[in-house]
Amino acid sequence: MTTATAGDLKVGSAAWVSRHGLSAVETCRLAQRELARRDPRFFSLEADLGDFGGFPFRDEFPDRYLDFGIAEASLVGAAGGLALRGKIPLVNTFASFALMRACEQVRLDLCYHNANAKIFGTFAGLQAGFSGPTHHSIEDIAIARSFPNMTVIAPADAVAAYWATLAAGHHPGPVYVRLAVDVTAQVYDEDCRFAIGRGNVLRPGGDLTLVAAGLTVVAEALAAADLLARDGIAARVLDLHTIKPIDRELLVRAARETGLLITVEEHTVYGGLGGAVAEAVAEAAPVPLRILGIPDSYAQFVGPYPEHLRRYGLDAAGIAGAARQALAARGGR
Amino acid sequence: MAALDASQLSPADRWTDLKDVAQVLRHHVVHMATDSPGAHVGGSMSAIEILTVLFFDGVLRVDPAQPKMEGRDYLIFSKGHASAALYAALAERGFFPVEELTTYKQMGSRLAGHSLKSIPGVELATGSLGHGLPVGNGIALAGQHDGLPYRTFVLLGDGECQEGSVWEAAMAAAHYRLDNLVAIVDRNGVQEDGPTEKIMALEPFADKWRSFGWAVREVDGHDVEDLSRALHSLPFAAGKPSLLLARTVKGKGVSFAENTNSWHYGKLSEDQRQQALSDLGDLRPRRERRAWA
Repeated sequence: MTTATAGDLKVGSAAWVSRHGLSAVETCRLAQRELARRDPRFFSLEADLGDFGGFPFRDEFPDRYLDFGIAEASLVGAAGGLALRGKIPLVNTFASFALMRACEQVRLDLCYHNANAKIFGTFAGLQAGFSGPTHHSIEDIAIARSFPNMTVIAPADAVAAYWATLAAGHHPGPVYVRLAVDVTAQVYDEDCRFAIGRGNVLRPGGDLTLVAAGLTVVAEALAAADLLARDGIAARVLDLHTIKPIDRELLVRAARETGLLITVEEHTVYGGLGGAVAEAVAEAAPVPLRILGIPDSYAQFVGPYPEHLRRYGLDAAGIAGAARQALAARGGR
Repeated sequence: MAALDASQLSPADRWTDLKDVAQVLRHHVVHMATDSPGAHVGGSMSAIEILTVLFFDGVLRVDPAQPKMEGRDYLIFSKGHASAALYAALAERGFFPVEELTTYKQMGSRLAGHSLKSIPGVELATGSLGHGLPVGNGIALAGQHDGLPYRTFVLLGDGECQEGSVWEAAMAAAHYRLDNLVAIVDRNGVQEDGPTEKIMALEPFADKWRSFGWAVREVDGHDVEDLSRALHSLPFAAGKPSLLLARTVKGKGVSFAENTNSWHYGKLSEDQRQQALSDLGDLRPRRERRAWA
C-alpha cells in the first residue's frame, strides 16, 4: 500500500492521489494519521477490517489504535466512552455494519450524547458489487441523517475524501463519512475546497440541475452533463457532499434558476440525498424533482460494481437519459 | 472531600449508618413510585444497598459540588430504568436537592423515567439496555491510555445481560485487561416477564463471566458489609476487569413487591404507600456525623 510520502506533490492534491493510485478510503486513512500527528486526542477504532486493518494508524500510533474484533456494538459504544473522556475516536468499519448492526449505539451513545466521534463507513453503496446485498449499503444516508446532531458527508472522490476527513476531525459532534475502497473517478483538481455544509458548483448551467453526492456518481453526473451538452442542454452540476446539514441556499437558488432538479445517489431512493433535497426545496422553491438511485429493492443481480450502476441508471448514460425525460415531461425541450 | 463518609466511622457505626442510608433511599423510592405516573419499583429496591455502598461508603471518588471533577470515578448506571434509586442516592449524596425528588416524572422536571445526561452525577443517559458496558470500556480504555487512576463502575441488571452487546463488551474488557473497570450485576433474578431462569436462563452466571476472563466475586447484595468489603478490594485481580455478582431480591423491603415481576414497574396507591412504609419501618433520626447529611 502506498504511503503518504508525497515528494514534490502536495498531500491531498489530485496529482498526489493520481500518482499513488489512492482510493477514498486510503486518503481518508492518511488524513486520519495527519489528524493524529497534530492532536493526541485522536484514536483509531476498528472492527476486524481485513485489508485495511490499522493502515496506516496502527504502525505510527499503536497506543491509540484499538481493534474490537467482529463486534460493532462494542466498537461504537467504546467510541462513545472515549469521547466522554475527551478523546476523538475515528471509527472505521463497513458502512452497513457501523450504521445498521450498531444502529442504536450510533443513535444513543454517539448522537444523543453529541459525542465527538467520527464514523468512516466503507463499501457504502454498491461498491461491494459481487459480494451481494449483505455487503451493499443502500440505506445508510437515510439512517444517519435521521439522527439529531449527526453530520452526514459523502465525498465525491479520493481528493475530497482527504479534505472531508480533516474537516470531520475538526468538526465538533458526531460525523458520518461515506466511503468506498476501490479507486474511483477523480472529480477534483488541485484546489478542492471542502467546507462542511457548503455544496460545490462543479459546472454552471441554466436548463436543469444535477445534484449528486458520493463517490462515482458525482463523476457520472459530470459525464452526463457532457452528454447533455452535445444536445445543447446546459446542466448545472452540484456536488452536495454534505447531505446534512444541507446547503439549502445553494439548492433553492438552483431550483429557482433552472426549474428542474435531478438528484443522483448510490442509495435507496427513499430518505437519502433525494429526500433531503426534496425537504429542502419543497417549501421555498418547489420545482419538478427526479430522484435517481436504487429502487425499493435489494440487488438481485450478481456482478461488478459498474454493471450495478448501469442497471440502476446511475451511469452517465442513465443520468442523461433520465434528465432528457424529465425535461420533456416538464415541457422544456 | 470535606464531609466524612461512612468508611471513616467505627465499624459498628459504619454498618448502621449505611443501613440507615439504604432505608432513607427506599423511602424516597416509595414516594416517587406513588406520587409520579409510576416507577420501576422492583429493580430500584434491589439496587439500593449497591448504590448505598458505592456513594456513601467512600467507594466512588466523586464530589457532588463538582460533578465533572477531573479524576473522579465514573458510575455508568446501565440499568437506567431503576432511575428512582439512582436519583435518591444522588440527591442524598448532595448532587441536587433532595426536595427535587418530588419532581420525579412530573411535567418540566429533569428527572425523567430513564436518567438524562443533564442530571448532575449522571455520566451517561441510559435506559436502553446493553449500552453501559461498551461505553464503560471506552472510558476505562481512555484512563488506561492516559495512565490515570480513576475507575469506571458499570451497574448492570441481570436481565440486561441477555443483550449481546454486554458480552461483546465483556470480551473486549478482558482482552484489553481493563482492571480499572468494575461491573456490578444486580442479580435480582426477575425480569419484566418473569424469572430470568424461565424467560432466558443466565445460569451458570458467574461462570459465564469467569470464562470471559473476568475476576468474579459473589456477594449478598443487600449486606452492606459484604458489599463494602468487595468494593474496597478492587481490582479483584490485577490485569482483569472485576465483576461483582450481587445476589439481590427484586422489590426488596416492600412485602407485596418482593420476588415478583408484577412490580417490575408500577404506581403505588395511597394504601400501598402506607403498606410499603410500614414494611420498611420508620426512619431512624439523622445523626450529625452522617457523611451524607
